[in-house]
Amino acid sequence: MSIIVDKISYIYEEGSSMERLALDNISCVIEQGEFIGVIGHTGSGKSTFIQHLNGLLKANKGHIYYNEQDIYAPDFKMQELRKHVGLVFQYPEHQLFESTIFKDVCFGPKNLGFSDKDTQIAAFNALRQVGLDESLYYQSPFDLSGGQKRRVAIAGVLAMKPDVIILDEPTAGLDPKGRDEILDCVKKLHDEMKITVILVSHSMEDVAKYVDRIMVINDGKLVFNNEPKAVFARHEELEKIGLAAPSVTYIMEDLYKAGFDVDRSAITIEEAKNSILNLLK
Amino acid sequence: MLRDITLGQYYRANSLIHRLDPRVKLLGTLIFIISLFLGQSIWLYALITVALIAVIKLSKVPLKYITKGMKSIVILVIISAAFNLFLTDGEVIFRFWKLTITREGIYQCVFMIIRLIYLICGTSIMTLTTTPTNLTDGIEKGLDFLNKIKVPVHEVAMMMSIALRFIPILMEETDKIMKAQMARGADFESGNLVKRAKALIPILVPLFVSAFRRANDLAMAMEARCYHGSEGRTKMKPLKYKSRDHKAYIALGVYSVLVIAISIFMKGRFI
Amino acid sequence: MGIVKTKNLTFEYIRRDDEGNVEGVTKAVDDVSIDLKEGDFVAILGHNGSGKSTLAKHINALLLPTEGSVIVDGIDTLDTDQMLKVRQTAGMVFQNPDNQIIGTVVEEEVAFGPENMGVPTKEIWERVEDSLKAVGMFAFRTASPNKLSGGQKQRIAIAGIVAMKPKCIILDEPTAMLDPKGRAEVLRVLHELNEKEGVTIILITHYMEEVIEADSVFVCDKGRIVMQGSPKEIFSHVEELKELRLDVPQVTELAYELKKAGIPIKDGILTNEELVRELKNVYYR
Repeated sequence: MSIIVDKISYIYEEGSSMERLALDNISCVIEQGEFIGVIGHTGSGKSTFIQHLNGLLKANKGHIYYNEQDIYAPDFKMQELRKHVGLVFQYPEHQLFESTIFKDVCFGPKNLGFSDKDTQIAAFNALRQVGLDESLYYQSPFDLSGGQKRRVAIAGVLAMKPDVIILDEPTAGLDPKGRDEILDCVKKLHDEMKITVILVSHSMEDVAKYVDRIMVINDGKLVFNNEPKAVFARHEELEKIGLAAPSVTYIMEDLYKAGFDVDRSAITIEEAKNSILNLLK
Repeated sequence: MLRDITLGQYYRANSLIHRLDPRVKLLGTLIFIISLFLGQSIWLYALITVALIAVIKLSKVPLKYITKGMKSIVILVIISAAFNLFLTDGEVIFRFWKLTITREGIYQCVFMIIRLIYLICGTSIMTLTTTPTNLTDGIEKGLDFLNKIKVPVHEVAMMMSIALRFIPILMEETDKIMKAQMARGADFESGNLVKRAKALIPILVPLFVSAFRRANDLAMAMEARCYHGSEGRTKMKPLKYKSRDHKAYIALGVYSVLVIAISIFMKGRFI
Repeated sequence: MGIVKTKNLTFEYIRRDDEGNVEGVTKAVDDVSIDLKEGDFVAILGHNGSGKSTLAKHINALLLPTEGSVIVDGIDTLDTDQMLKVRQTAGMVFQNPDNQIIGTVVEEEVAFGPENMGVPTKEIWERVEDSLKAVGMFAFRTASPNKLSGGQKQRIAIAGIVAMKPKCIILDEPTAMLDPKGRAEVLRVLHELNEKEGVTIILITHYMEEVIEADSVFVCDKGRIVMQGSPKEIFSHVEELKELRLDVPQVTELAYELKKAGIPIKDGILTNEELVRELKNVYYR
């Protein structure tokens, strides 16, 4: 599985007075099994970018190749693409509509033409993967808590058995424990099911902890596309575009300035702790 | 796509029409609409056309904003035109297969098209030159007298202004829900009418739920800001007539008299 | 007595099943007694479902107690004749920026509160101008709220409350739907209002960085207040907070991990400077 993005540009509200360049000449490659973080603030183009990856938006310029097939070719079926590239929007619980959560999770596979039996199996598996208790399967989605609803929505996309899953700010509005639960669940999916994960987030701490590679989007342009440590080492440039490195990075910088020879590339608490302990012991 | 509907969107400018009291504009629009249905006299429509062009020019709104709103009623126009063209009795002019076109049919059809277009133009001018708040203030103050017979004018005006405020938000939400369901393989484009109607359920249910949630939140926010109905409420921008409004009323009066006179005395048609 | 005082405040509601039969009674707020000092910046923490929002809605009489009482600036909220006065004294800003904005133009939106209060037209204009300037949004007074960012919308919502000249402002997770930039904007405005105008701020949140600069912190769980004190005192109890589904600032967590590994540093480290100082003490001993 590979997604090759080749110099795509997208113009928002083309032809109107509000026309502007939402994506500017972006190129990147996403390979099987990667765990990628996409960061940028509201309006940077990151939401627009991910909607190109499953064909919801069509680039005005450039190409996107899924498994080396041009998705803009006239004979390419977008519905096929959506079978393989799943997208979970922000606040996905707002799209639940069926009378029971089980039925809602079946919506995706049914649309894709799975047989009744396969649909049910896929739905069961998906709900289990997100850690939802079986006793809830036949409840109305509107009876669940926010965090539970969100996991149902994610299951709804997982049931389509995608190769790639894109999550747009999956932790928005959740409390700290809720955030950890969702991200741990996503990490498990990545590690066990070998699904390629693309995580869009505002939280540098979340991104630093889980991803292999970070893409930073600003003003529609891809400004960084590298390992977390490499990206956060350039935190001064990140600050200039209104972003930041995880708090840990700044803690280590302050310690270094105070004369402690610590590992300034540490981006998680675990790494920071180990570096400081090595120094002190 | 969903944002293209300019019916109800305000166009910022500082024209005479913009500065008129909304009550004048509301009455004017009402009189204009009534005048459209007073017959099929070509002289009447000449007067209406002149008045419409004058108001459009005075409003300083570019023509393309007014015509944008017409895109959304194209289907309605075509259906009405077709009905009138093929289903009116009278002197037969043309016949093919099972369809008959009569002279009366042609008149009805043409006038229906003109009426609908002018209707949209007229109401668009109203909404393009009046902010939603101004509009509902106008309705509230203008229909004030209905309070005496216990009609809840203030509440209705408040409902209207909130509805207007949330139109763009709900449109954006519909778009978002559609995309979310499309990401789950939903198909809104293919299939027969029944299939497509069913396909709307995954959009309508979440949309309704969301609308109710918003309404609940908004009600709480309003109460938190001491909203308690119209009793004791003051206004930041109270409506007061100026001399230009009086002049506008006079112009409306003249227009009304002319319209009535023409439709009684000059019933000419073309052809 | 403080600006807000609750005494054995309890709020119950009846749970019904699909057929309308009574299933049970839930105590959303359970015997809460707190006393908030005027001019303080108060933070209320709690996981989703802990009762913090329900508690907050009692302060401006959006909800009335099932048992106990809530006194706001000397007025008992159960005195329904004074409900409007209570709401003018204790204003409330909500989480969703869009769902609390009624006006289609920023200045009209901010005027909504004063209009409801019957403030004369001329004074409404003065209050709107002052409030918008206080939140740094005066330049946007004729803009449409739809064109604003989340942080800007929340600032407008705050201005709308400030225009009512309240003594205290309650904010229910106001930054939950904002990006880091928006969050910083809102927090800056709140601290300014608190420091310059002496407005009591009651901030409900689960972003720990927002709590560090508070004067006092309350932690909710299952409708009860389970912890209260200064930020330093609260964040000293890392394990307890984690059990309550909460978090601590990264620097606090790092210090805690180091302490667990045997490094003798103090509890309740809230800033990088404090950590540096503590480690220097340890290193240069």
